[in-house]
Amino acid sequence: MLRFLSVRLGTMLLTMLCLTFVVFYLVNLEPNLRKLSISQTNMRASDEMIERWLVYNGYREPFLERYGQWLGVWEKPPSRDVETGEPKPRFSFCDEASEPVFSGVIQGDLGCSTAFRTTVADRLLPALGHTGVLMFWVMLTMVPSALLIGVLAGMREGSKLDRSLSVLSITSTATPEYVSGIVFAVIFASWLGILNGSAATATRDGVTFYNFALPVMTMSIYGMGYIARMTRASMAEVMVSQYIRTARLKGLNFRTVVLKHALRNALIAPFTVIMLQFPWLLTGVVIVEVMFRYQGFGWLLVEAAGNNDIDLLLSCSIVSVLVVLLTQLISDVGYAYLNPRIRVR
Amino acid sequence: MEYVGFTDIILGILTCLWPVWLSIAIIMGLSWKFQKKLSLYGRIYENPMGIVGLFIVFFWLFAALYADIVAPFHPLEQFAALKNQLPGVIEPESGLVQFFGGDKFGRDVFSRVIHGSQIVLVIAPAATMFAFVVGISLGLPAGYYKGKVDTVLSFLANLVLAFPVILLFYLLVTPGIRETALPQVMAGVFFLFPVIFFLTLFYSRYRERPQLLAVQSVIVLVFGGWVYISLVFDADPFGILSLEPNELNIFVAVVFASSPGVFRIVRGLTMDIATRDYVAAAQTRGEIAWYVALWEILPNARGPLIVDACLRIGYTTILLGTLGYFGLGLVPESPDWGTTIKEGSRLLRLYVHPALPPALALMSFVLGLNLLADALREQSLKD
Repeated sequence: MLRFLSVRLGTMLLTMLCLTFVVFYLVNLEPNLRKLSISQTNMRASDEMIERWLVYNGYREPFLERYGQWLGVWEKPPSRDVETGEPKPRFSFCDEASEPVFSGVIQGDLGCSTAFRTTVADRLLPALGHTGVLMFWVMLTMVPSALLIGVLAGMREGSKLDRSLSVLSITSTATPEYVSGIVFAVIFASWLGILNGSAATATRDGVTFYNFALPVMTMSIYGMGYIARMTRASMAEVMVSQYIRTARLKGLNFRTVVLKHALRNALIAPFTVIMLQFPWLLTGVVIVEVMFRYQGFGWLLVEAAGNNDIDLLLSCSIVSVLVVLLTQLISDVGYAYLNPRIRVR
Repeated sequence: MEYVGFTDIILGILTCLWPVWLSIAIIMGLSWKFQKKLSLYGRIYENPMGIVGLFIVFFWLFAALYADIVAPFHPLEQFAALKNQLPGVIEPESGLVQFFGGDKFGRDVFSRVIHGSQIVLVIAPAATMFAFVVGISLGLPAGYYKGKVDTVLSFLANLVLAFPVILLFYLLVTPGIRETALPQVMAGVFFLFPVIFFLTLFYSRYRERPQLLAVQSVIVLVFGGWVYISLVFDADPFGILSLEPNELNIFVAVVFASSPGVFRIVRGLTMDIATRDYVAAAQTRGEIAWYVALWEILPNARGPLIVDACLRIGYTTILLGTLGYFGLGLVPESPDWGTTIKEGSRLLRLYVHPALPPALALMSFVLGLNLLADALREQSLKD
């Protein structure tokens, strides 16, 4: 188990290194740097001024050196004033050291957000908190209802209940967030007027049913169908197995068989699926937060990408890649733990 | 402004779509009659849900095909007087009805949905097919040889899969990136796969018959080369095929995002099928590895792959919608569903009608594909 974990963690680190390198390369493409420079100098700058801004702020240093500095394995020199040669921070809104230091992601320094004029950590951590709240409520609605639908459908395969619940879950997998969001907003906000079509107040005044129900509903729907389908398949498989037949022949009633014998084994597969849903939820988070104006991680990612806010975008990608990889790891380890038939050497 | 009633709207839409109904009736009627001879496709007709799915897919297929005849208005034509008018409004000059009303520029919502299907139904299946060719070409060797090839390819696939799709699109589909050579380089690599795939396919089987192989190779090279030049360099000597830089950008990004998924499935299937007796028989006969992979393993993996293709086209449609919804890649006035949903959702508090039709269109198309995939899976399991 320890060996398995260390190999997995090693692969994970390598993956993260490769991915951050790719993101670093993409955000530092020439057109993106120009865009950043234009938005930062706040004027219709001439080519010469753009170039000077880029040189002054260290964007023209060798590429690998800058990646090393960002990572924290290369010494980061302080930027100096062009005329006096005195150390002078690049951005007034971030504290920067006045002598060369190792200060990168490894040391916990995520850098400066040029779009929000503050440190990245300052912006990213509250946003992650907000998204955490959203995810908590989404999971709380999505998982139990999906499992219930799946178990009910898989209990008696081919029955009317199974057919109708299957169609329901197929429909939900065919409804991406931007479709269900609009349909729900039309029904509950425009026509009935019982829910708020914007969750912008939730970050300030706290979460209420009125401002939070729509985003949570919208996000739950898309993932729910998939989990329900998987639960159904796994439940249906368990229900035809030998030990269920034995239990039935022993004279136990259907209820006991389903609740005590089938359910435990049927819920192993959906566990993996739920864990692997997180990467999908990440895209959902972005859509829903933009749609309902909720200032969480997804909203931040869109803002960062729109303004080519290099440090913020890199930090966002670290977070999302970490989420994807960690959930994969948890799903593998958890599966081995839950299912005694699979043993990891 | 004059309006027609609800019944007239429904009747109007039904009559307006007559070529679509006619084509569906012909094709589904014929298929129903000959379903015994149509193997897997014919067996869909034994499943009610499959018929519904097939109907929806055919509907959008023919709607896209006949868009110019069916749609009463041009998708970009603006009528100042019809801005944000409700469904059923009559355009005074031509006397035609805007069945779903006008959007914020007075464009006909109905015509835009119909024309939007053209964009979606070209890009989504085509991108999925390319993703399949890439995924199959890499997944077969990974699953067949295992070992180092598998380790390297799987690592690369997992690398792409670890990228959240939305972040990938924000990085890969921007106006800035079109100024660099990156989309073209990626297209250059991806579009090479089909050519290599078909050359290997024919070579591995007909290498003992050089004349036949030569003919096949020339056909593949000429046709593949033509498509390659037209799509990657946008320099079609005949002027038939062309892709705008932004379309190429989207296309490449979608292929890039979905091929690792195909790779994983093909790899898994290959590993499974490679243990069968007929594969061992082919190996004992002394067939080369590519023959075994392409002519023994691949045809036997077709069932799950067809089901996955259906689901994946639906998923690609959702991806395209996401791109449109975030205003990435497609031009702002494009009638594709994602972009129209975005445009419509901005005014959702005031007017509902511009946003709902494209949203429901997208949902119904994906639903049709999912139902179809489900029916196919069920029918192929009955063997």
